[in-house]
Order: sequence, then C-alpha cells, then structure tokens
Amino acid sequence: MLRFTIRRLIAAAGVLVVISILTFMIFQIIPNGDPAIRIAGRTANQAEIAQVRHEWGFDRPVYVQYVKTMGKIFTGTVVSYSQGVNVLDSIRQGLPATLSLAIGAGIIWLGLGILFGVITAVKAGRFTDRALTVLAFIGVSSPPFFLGALAIYYAGYKAGIIPLAGYVPLTQNPAQWFTHLIAPWLVLSVLFIGIYSRVLRSTILDTVHEDYVRTARAKGLSDRQVLVRHTLRNSLIPIVSLWGLDFAQVIGGGAILTESVFSLHGVGQFAADSIQRLDVPPVMVVTMLTAFFVVLLGAVVDIIYALLDPRIRLSA
Amino acid sequence: MVEDSLLRVEDLGVSFATEDGVVRAVDGVSFTVHRGEVVAIVGESGSGKSVSVMTLMGLTRGPNARFEGTAWFEGRDLISAADAELHKVRGAEIAMVFQDPMSSLDPVYRVGDQIVEQIRVHEPGTTKAQALDRAVELMERVGIPHAGDRLRSYPHEFSGGMRQRVMIAMALSCSPKLLIADEPTTALDVTVQAQILDELRQLRDDTGAGIILVTHDLGVVADIADRIVVMYAGRVVEQGTLDEIFYDPQHPYTWGLLGSITRVDRDRSQRLPAIAGQPPSLLAPPHGCHFRPRCPHAFKRCVEVPALIARVREAPGHLDRCWLSLEHKRGLRVVGDQIGLVSGEAVAP
Repeated sequence: MLRFTIRRLIAAAGVLVVISILTFMIFQIIPNGDPAIRIAGRTANQAEIAQVRHEWGFDRPVYVQYVKTMGKIFTGTVVSYSQGVNVLDSIRQGLPATLSLAIGAGIIWLGLGILFGVITAVKAGRFTDRALTVLAFIGVSSPPFFLGALAIYYAGYKAGIIPLAGYVPLTQNPAQWFTHLIAPWLVLSVLFIGIYSRVLRSTILDTVHEDYVRTARAKGLSDRQVLVRHTLRNSLIPIVSLWGLDFAQVIGGGAILTESVFSLHGVGQFAADSIQRLDVPPVMVVTMLTAFFVVLLGAVVDIIYALLDPRIRLSA
Repeated sequence: MVEDSLLRVEDLGVSFATEDGVVRAVDGVSFTVHRGEVVAIVGESGSGKSVSVMTLMGLTRGPNARFEGTAWFEGRDLISAADAELHKVRGAEIAMVFQDPMSSLDPVYRVGDQIVEQIRVHEPGTTKAQALDRAVELMERVGIPHAGDRLRSYPHEFSGGMRQRVMIAMALSCSPKLLIADEPTTALDVTVQAQILDELRQLRDDTGAGIILVTHDLGVVADIADRIVVMYAGRVVEQGTLDEIFYDPQHPYTWGLLGSITRVDRDRSQRLPAIAGQPPSLLAPPHGCHFRPRCPHAFKRCVEVPALIARVREAPGHLDRCWLSLEHKRGLRVVGDQIGLVSGEAVAP
C-alpha cells in the first residue's frame, strides 16, 4: 500500500508538470497571445506596452516565464492578467458550486445509469430495451447548452418551478441550494446516464454467459439473487473506473458548458471566462487542478477495483 | 426395479430456434437412474449430452427453447415444472458439477461464502456460523487440506483440482439425491482425474445418491459407471450395463467410440483409429439413423429411424438403435483387444 501511494504520487507530479508545460506552450503559440498588449490597455503606445512587458517579465525567455509562473502558483501568489486578482482565491470561491454540482450529478448519473443498464439488460430485445436505447442515444447526443436552454425555458421561464440561473450556497439556504441545482444536475447527468447504461447493458449481457452465473443458477438461487449477487456484482467493475474519471473531470471544473448555461459561477465557468480573455494563469491552474483530480480519482478507482475484484493486486 | 428408480427420463426433446433455423439438440432421449447408481452419458461434442442434463435442471430454459417429453423425479415432472418449483429442486435435491472448475466459481467471493450461500438459500433457518461449520466439514470430506483456513480463500488461490473439489463440496452441501457431473474431470490433470472420480464413487457409497456422469472419455466411464448411455447427434443410440456396452456393443457408433480409446498396449506403428467423417448438422440431420452417413455398414433400411429397443434376447436392459441383425453385427465387429469400427479409412497405416 505504501509503495502504491508513493508511486502514484510520483506519477501525479509527472502528469502535472507535463500538463502545465503543454498548457503554457499553447498560449505561447496561438496568435494574439501577447498578454502585454491586453494588460497595457487599448490606448497604450509602444513604450507603455514595452514597459508592461518588462514589468511582467514577458521579455524573459519562455522557460524563465514558465518557472516563475509555476513558482507563483505553488506559493499561492499567482494573479490573473486581466483583472489582477488572486487566481487561487477565485477558484476557492467557485469550488463550492462546482463540488455541489459534481457530487449531486455524480450520484444521479451513477444511480440512474446502473438502473437503466440493468433494466435494458434484463429486458434485452424487448420494447422497454429498445425505447430506453433510443432515449440513451438521444441523451448522449444532446449537448448541455441545448438541454440547459430547454430546461431554463420550459421549467424555469414557462412553468416557473426552477430559478432561471445562479447558485445559492448550501449553508445559506438548503432548499434554495437544491432548487438551483436540480436542473444542472440532471442536464449534466444525461450524457453520462446514456453512456453508463449502454456500457453496463453490454457487460451484463456478456456476464450472464459466464460459467459462474450458470453455477449460481444451478445452486437454486432465484433469478433476482443471481442477477444482484453474481451478474451485477461482476459487471459493475468497469463502471467504477468510468465513474472515477468522469467525476474527477467535473470536480476539476470540466463541466464548463453546464456551469456556464446555469451561471453557477463555479470553477468551470471561471475557466471558460479566462480562456475567452486568453488569461494564462487561471487556465493553467484550472487545468492542473483537473489533472490532479483525475490522477487522484484514478488511484482511488484502483483501490476500489482491488476491493471489488480480489484477483487484482495493487501493484503499479 | 421400478420402485427404486430415482429419475425416469422419457422421450426428452429439446430444440432451439436460432438465426439459421431450428436446431434439434436432443431428440427422443430416454433413460433411468436408480438410487446409488452411476449412469454415464457418453458421446462426442454436440451429441446433446450436456443439453440433456442441463435441461433436467431447467438451465436451458429460455425464450428460444422448446421442450418435449417428461423427466420424473420424486413424483414431479422436471420438464413441465414451474420455475419457482425448480428453484427448490436445484442445488437441494439435484446438484450439478460443471466441466471447467477454473471458471465455474464466482471470482469475487470467498469459496466458503459460496458454499454458505447455497446452504442458506435452501435452509433459511441456518445461521451463517452453522453454515460455515458445515462448509468446513464438506471441504474436509472432499479432501481439501486445512479446510478451516482455505474457507477464506478466493477461487483464484486454488488449483484446478482443488476448485473442482470445492464445486463437489458445494454440490453436496444440501445432500442431493441426484448429482449431475458434466465432464467433471475433462479440464483436470490425469492424476487429479482419478482422485476426483474416487470422490464421486465414495460419495455414491456414503449417501446412496444417484449420479449422472456426462463424459466423452470412455476411460473415465470404465472406472466408475454402472450403466452407460451412448448418445450421437441428439439421440440415444445404445444403452446398457458397463459389461454389455464394453463386451457386446451393438451399435456401430459404439464400436467406433470403443476403438478410439488410447491404449498403451496398442501397436504404435498404427495411427489411432478414428471414425471417418463429421457429426451431422443438427439443423438438417440425415433421414433415418443419424449415424448412417458415417457408418460403413449402412444399408437400405437405415433411412428409417430404428427404435431404441432391446435387440439382444439374453439382455432385456440392453437397448440400441441399429437395424443390423444380431448375427450380422457379431460377424462385422472385431471383439476383444481390437474392438473397433472396421473400415478402410479408419485404420490408416
């Protein structure tokens, strides 16, 4: 276990270095990337721009700029180019909304994904299966900005059962927190429910042909006991790894579209705004945060894997 | 003889609807198992032997399967029984051991818990501790050393032979009256095979249970069976006692099977005799006797299906499906050391 933890930490550090270099380089390569012009303002002359460039260190070699930026990130003093505010503070402000979105949606999509996967597998080939299959494909191909707009228009504007936008902290008003988040949760979950139910359906349909499922039936277990204890138990293993990685993405600010449509002002929306302004430091921090969660949840998934399947040992 | 019959299968038929048409996997199979008797069902792959026994347990039931005939067991017909009733029979009164012990145990549960699961399904009043005690006893009985510790091991921590012992221990957990062993030794080393057969024999002697042993290996059969049912392409072609089948085989297919046993005392310059040709497709089986296209002795009458009846006067229990006359057969087949299906192709130099 100790070896496992150490190796994963080293791997995580490596991933963060590579991801941060890539992100930093992208902004060096794209046109109109020079931040000095934007920071100096529209009316600035060449001398003023040059001065800004010198003050911010944009005239130093690229690797020096990268090392300096990384240093600021890890000392917590990094500020955004456009507004000059501390990036880590902005993220800390957005995190409660993002966490609320991720945890709620993560539970919903895991639960409904498993439920629909089991139903379609049990009813394979029949009407229920076909109807849910069509629904799953519609869900997978509906982008959140479209579903979100539909939800806001019909449930918010027309029916008035949900607020139009925004986020209310849980500590401030739990009921308001819930009504503000129910639509984002569902909109974000639709895609994942579609994917998970399809994956689980096919895994279950493979697993029912396993010899140990036949053994379970020969033991005299009822159909439901065979399904829950043996078929489903073995079929859930791939779902766990999918969930870990998707959940990490959303927690790290990956649900940019959903957060923006519902104006949740979470980490994802902060990232989207920063990208629009070509603001390097916030984008770097959010990207690294997402990468960090993906690596972390990847390790958690491996631990859960080993618990679910005794044949797997924690080695790498 | 009728009174102590445990299982009486009559005219069992199983067909499956597939994309290519209806496959008649089992066609008019009849046999009887008595208490304390080992009946071997012998045949090559696809002969319908596994489908027949799985059908007795209801394991072949599905939307594409059709069944005919009856299988009387303890006063009820297993073929027409409701699913709920079969759940009570499965694992409790009829238990099954499968071919591949490597894949027949659920990889994610400890073996002790898998045995306990079966006990508690059929005896809900049993506590987990009681069931675990019984699991230890069962595992000791089938020769698993340190059963108390091994209880907590997972299937992948056992060898193939030990896993098959676990399967047998599990099958015995509710003292079944009938044990069905579907190729229980096929996936195992030869030395382990003999041990597993010993366990089965011991079990029959201890409990008086009937055993159906499905196999393609006549060596296994000679070791343990009281009676033999030979199946070919979905039908029973011959059945009788061990001695009747080995020393007075009536059906040319049985001759072929007996001739293809590997023997260390056979002249090695000869290739192992094989039955020429392939088993027929069960989508469109040949008219009449299913063995006709491969049989070197087939004649005009073989396009009619021969009934499974006693054709040897001195042995009323020895049944076969072959039109050849008794005298003719005894002249054609070679008995003793070189018993086999005589044909030019089969015994190539």
